[in-house]
Amino acid sequence: MADNQQIEMVGMNRSAYLRVLAFFLAPAVLIYTLFSVYPLLATIFDSLYLRHEGGALTFNGLGNFQTLLTDETWSKPFWNALRNNLIFFIIHMCVQNPVGLALAALLSLKQLAFRNTYRTLIFMPTMLSVVIIGFIWQLILSPLWGIWKMGLNAVGLGVLFGPYLGQEHTALITISLISVWQFVGIPMILIYTALLAIPDELVDAATVDGLNQWQAFFHVKLPLIWPTIGLVSVLTFVANFNAFDLIYAMQGALAGPNFSTDIMGTLFYRTFFGNQLQLGDPTMGSTIATMMFVIILMGLLVYLYVIQRRIQRYSF
Amino acid sequence: MRSRFSTIAIHAVLLGYTALALFPIILVVMNSMKMKRAIFLSPLTPPGPASFDLIGYHRVFSDGAIGTYYMNSIIVTLGTIFFTLLFGAMAGFALSEYKFRFNKLLGLYLSIGIMVPIRLGSVAIISLVSGMNMINTLSALICVYVAQNLPLAVFILSEFVHQIPKDLREAARCDGLSEYNIFFHIILPLLRPAMATVAVFTMIPVWNDLWFPLLLAPSGGKQTITLGVQQFLGQYVTDWNAVLAALSTAIIPVLIFYVLFSRQLIRGLTSGAVK
Repeated sequence: MADNQQIEMVGMNRSAYLRVLAFFLAPAVLIYTLFSVYPLLATIFDSLYLRHEGGALTFNGLGNFQTLLTDETWSKPFWNALRNNLIFFIIHMCVQNPVGLALAALLSLKQLAFRNTYRTLIFMPTMLSVVIIGFIWQLILSPLWGIWKMGLNAVGLGVLFGPYLGQEHTALITISLISVWQFVGIPMILIYTALLAIPDELVDAATVDGLNQWQAFFHVKLPLIWPTIGLVSVLTFVANFNAFDLIYAMQGALAGPNFSTDIMGTLFYRTFFGNQLQLGDPTMGSTIATMMFVIILMGLLVYLYVIQRRIQRYSF
Repeated sequence: MRSRFSTIAIHAVLLGYTALALFPIILVVMNSMKMKRAIFLSPLTPPGPASFDLIGYHRVFSDGAIGTYYMNSIIVTLGTIFFTLLFGAMAGFALSEYKFRFNKLLGLYLSIGIMVPIRLGSVAIISLVSGMNMINTLSALICVYVAQNLPLAVFILSEFVHQIPKDLREAARCDGLSEYNIFFHIILPLLRPAMATVAVFTMIPVWNDLWFPLLLAPSGGKQTITLGVQQFLGQYVTDWNAVLAALSTAIIPVLIFYVLFSRQLIRGLTSGAVK
């Protein structure tokens, strides 16, 4: 019915109409299906098979997942990577997003001079390749060059200097903070835009009612930008559980020292491609990719059903 | 009205953070133009007549491959942008213009890719690409990046098509223009600003990506600049002049591009994410 109405409106017969639809939609749908949807489904499918020596495949149900979660040789690296990834994410949530929010709050203040200059410059590291950023920080932290050491000495904290990237208990935190330094621009820009969209009258009314700048921010502006903060959180989650480049560029595929910086992305890469310690295993690689998919999906569902609903209930 | 004191405090905080954001970048670019001794003895001073030296750049460019890597990156990025915009605008137009039966479903299908990272399908992408004999080709990278960027492009461009007044198309139809002509001669020119926005924020992740070049085109002179620099850095790790120059070579073009297009980029980021 709807189709016929539409054809009349456009003034074509049915086959010409279908040709038009196919012409406009086919390229996008085909390339997206072939290079994005199909590989994702094939990966999930692959994770259900077992690869034998010689390359033969047999159906294994959820056996690979059982192996991954319970077999000591697989489960240890898996839980380690998941835990590290969680720490990586928590550091982003606790440092990157609050700092981004604070910067956005300052930038959105009325009559602030040079606001666009600040915004453009602070966003700059986000533009650069993670590989470049990783290397730059490696040089800065290097005891050989000693820039960081000089900096610490200058403020009297020289004793804190150490080979951060080479120690198991500091490497992951250091890399997380470098990632935070690079990507703080994204929450900043998103929250900044949301803050600018708040009508001036609302804030003015609050100030007239006797609220000071701080109170106006926490009681008027902040509640209005919860949806944006929710979005920033879910973007952070997806990006963090999909991260790979920075660790690979700074610590290599083995995510050293002693796997202390191993996250899901590097574990996936190593399992699939193999490395000095093991041969590549495509089906276990697919199993890990599927686990990553499940984790990201759970994050998205929590966002859609819990965070967004609650926000809707509280907003007006 | 803010007090003078709090204005100063605000600027102090923002200036401090700006310095933190820029310091590492400036440090690297500055030292890339100095002699090795000066890099170590006085890393914080800008290059002067006594310390100025471009030896690192000589080494980077005499390696010969950097030019090829740049070319590869430019081809991949431009190819991705061209096809993403063309196919994205076509699909965005069809989705917003024609109310066919599976319209909503197709829109939903295409938008899955906005949130689910294409990287998770890498294992199958590699066997697909090697099955098509496209390993170490730039076309393979372009295909994957187009698939990666299409969902958001379709989404944003169809929103923009929606904002173009219906009368314009109806009038064109009355004049007997075909649907193809309506799209290519009326809609596409009007979409230009939106397409510029999509182009700018498609460009950066593609240019900077390490994962797919590493998987699909790791050798044979088909490396992109990001992967090429990564491999170069691995080889020359002890040659500080060369390392700093290689880093600067990768940084400077992106910064120039950014300074020119930061407005579009930031607009693109927000329009893509707010909806």
